[in-house]
Amino acid sequence: MKPHWLDEPKNVKLLWRLFLAVLAATVLAELAIALHPHFEVESLFGFHAWYGFAACAAMILAAKGLGLLLKRPDSYYEADGDE
Amino acid sequence: MSEWLVHPGLLLVLGAFALPWLRGGARSAAVLALPLAALFCLWQLPEGALWRAQWLGYELAPLSVDKLSRLFATIFALMACGGGLFALRQQSRLEIPAAYVYAGSAIGVALAGDLVTVFVFWELMAVGSTLVLWSAGTAQAWAASRRYVMIHLLGGVVLFAGITGHLLDTGDAAFVRMAPDSVAHWLILIGFLINAGAPPLSAWLPDAYPEASWSGTVFLSAFTTKTAVYVLLRGFPGTEFLIWIGLFMVFYGIVYALLENDMRRILAYSIVNQVGFMIAGIGIGTEMALNGAAAHAFTHIVYKALLLMSAGAVLAATGRRKCSELGGLFHSMPLTTICGSIGALAISSFPLTSGFVSKSMVTQAAIDGHLLWVWLALAAASAGVFLHAGIKFPWFVFFQKDSGLRPSDPPASMRWAMIAFAFLCIALGVWPEPLYRLLPYAVDYVPYTAAHVLTQLQLLLFSGLAFFVMLPWLKRTPTLTLDVDWLWRTPLPALARGAGHAHRRLRDGLAARAGTFAARLAAGIRRHREPDGLLLRSWPTGGMALWVMTMLLAWLVLYYLP
Repeated sequence: MKPHWLDEPKNVKLLWRLFLAVLAATVLAELAIALHPHFEVESLFGFHAWYGFAACAAMILAAKGLGLLLKRPDSYYEADGDE
Repeated sequence: MSEWLVHPGLLLVLGAFALPWLRGGARSAAVLALPLAALFCLWQLPEGALWRAQWLGYELAPLSVDKLSRLFATIFALMACGGGLFALRQQSRLEIPAAYVYAGSAIGVALAGDLVTVFVFWELMAVGSTLVLWSAGTAQAWAASRRYVMIHLLGGVVLFAGITGHLLDTGDAAFVRMAPDSVAHWLILIGFLINAGAPPLSAWLPDAYPEASWSGTVFLSAFTTKTAVYVLLRGFPGTEFLIWIGLFMVFYGIVYALLENDMRRILAYSIVNQVGFMIAGIGIGTEMALNGAAAHAFTHIVYKALLLMSAGAVLAATGRRKCSELGGLFHSMPLTTICGSIGALAISSFPLTSGFVSKSMVTQAAIDGHLLWVWLALAAASAGVFLHAGIKFPWFVFFQKDSGLRPSDPPASMRWAMIAFAFLCIALGVWPEPLYRLLPYAVDYVPYTAAHVLTQLQLLLFSGLAFFVMLPWLKRTPTLTLDVDWLWRTPLPALARGAGHAHRRLRDGLAARAGTFAARLAAGIRRHREPDGLLLRSWPTGGMALWVMTMLLAWLVLYYLP
């Protein structure tokens, strides 16, 4: 059977390049479009881009840290007589 | 006109009892026709209090309509119809009738003009939803349903106490705007918040919903939390601390969903997350914010149902629900992949989807109110939604490493339900006008400005970048994450077992001791009733004479005393 086009590493690499190009385009578009910032912090260049990235990184780290404390094997509740 | 005054909620509730008697095509037709009939009746109703009744001297209005109640009743009826279509092939004959009782009572809450009616339908919802959970028929669902109903009956008791207090304080049963200014109103607020999945009791939601059947979870996702949003919108708009409750729920949902391995539990956590946006909007309380909360409830019901339908299709086809066991399903389930991805884009508020036009109103309200920190938190949370529901769910279920599973797309009824809801997700995003006309306040908001679309794309695409860059950190592990429900699943039952044990020992000890005491007492009494015992022996005459003489002497002495 012919592998799906998404399964070929060549195409995955292409998709990555496309994605990065779109990312760059959304930031550069700020030069052309007036954003009408309301808060001062919004007028920083590419604010939504790096804020989105940083916020997500922070949430992943927070989840990771919490996971160290709270993760249990998924048979955890089966042990204590949940019927 | 008056012949059209059919209560749409009651129509659905009572109609549900006819379903078990029907078979085959008639049953399928009835399943689809019932919610549509309810929807039709709803739109025949004029605005105002249509039914009036007296009860214990209180004025009740069990059927009253305004824009807000019509909006929620409409989406509840639509949801019942879509869910019914999706569940047509469900083997359980209990599930759809139970779901319609549940949906009908949600409509009943939306159309209730007084607190007594709210309470009655509120409790009926708890019964209906528990039955939906039961109908899954597994041991886990049974255990989860017991925990679920316990929390909801607790919430019902708190709400009942609050309503009773309110009736005594004001002498009026009308469901009007309140403020958390008395014990009764606090109790009502707490009762509402428990159903909304607010902290600290939010764990009931991700504990119970994923245990329902592949179609049951679709129903469960729609009604309980959204009726709670509705009653908060009507009862407590502009209550400031709801902003903080909402923001907590938003981040709780994201962080727990990021840790989760079960695909339907990821989506259950994201219900808490999305309801958090609505509750934050209710807390902000401006017309824009309340419109946003109401609109977001509407669109959320559609895209969350769509997401859970795609997850349900996967579950029905593979019998698996853990991300660590799934992946690569896009090969053989293209339609499910596309519909699930549309739902994922809608929940992430991607431009041209329904979430974009509704969530934006809440964030815009934070901007208009100059609430910098609230706005920053909402923006971070919007990025986080894309992270956990927008990419994580479709990525781990449909793409990532190939699991080798090759199930096919689901049967026609399930496919059409997904297609219809996917269409709604796009249509509401492209033409928001009809939705805007349904909102309680006039809408003065244009979502599609170049600046807004661009900033939203930046926010979302860069959170996508964060996902793929940090993918090794997000690898799925076969684990679960402890939540508050741990309290009532492990230490409390252990405590109860311990207390039961201690109680048994105490009881047995006391019983033994009481037994010996009674035996000793009986022996004593018996001994004294024997011929020579204290009570039955005869007294000697000499003794009698002595006592008589003592008495006489005493009398003589007393007589001569002054």
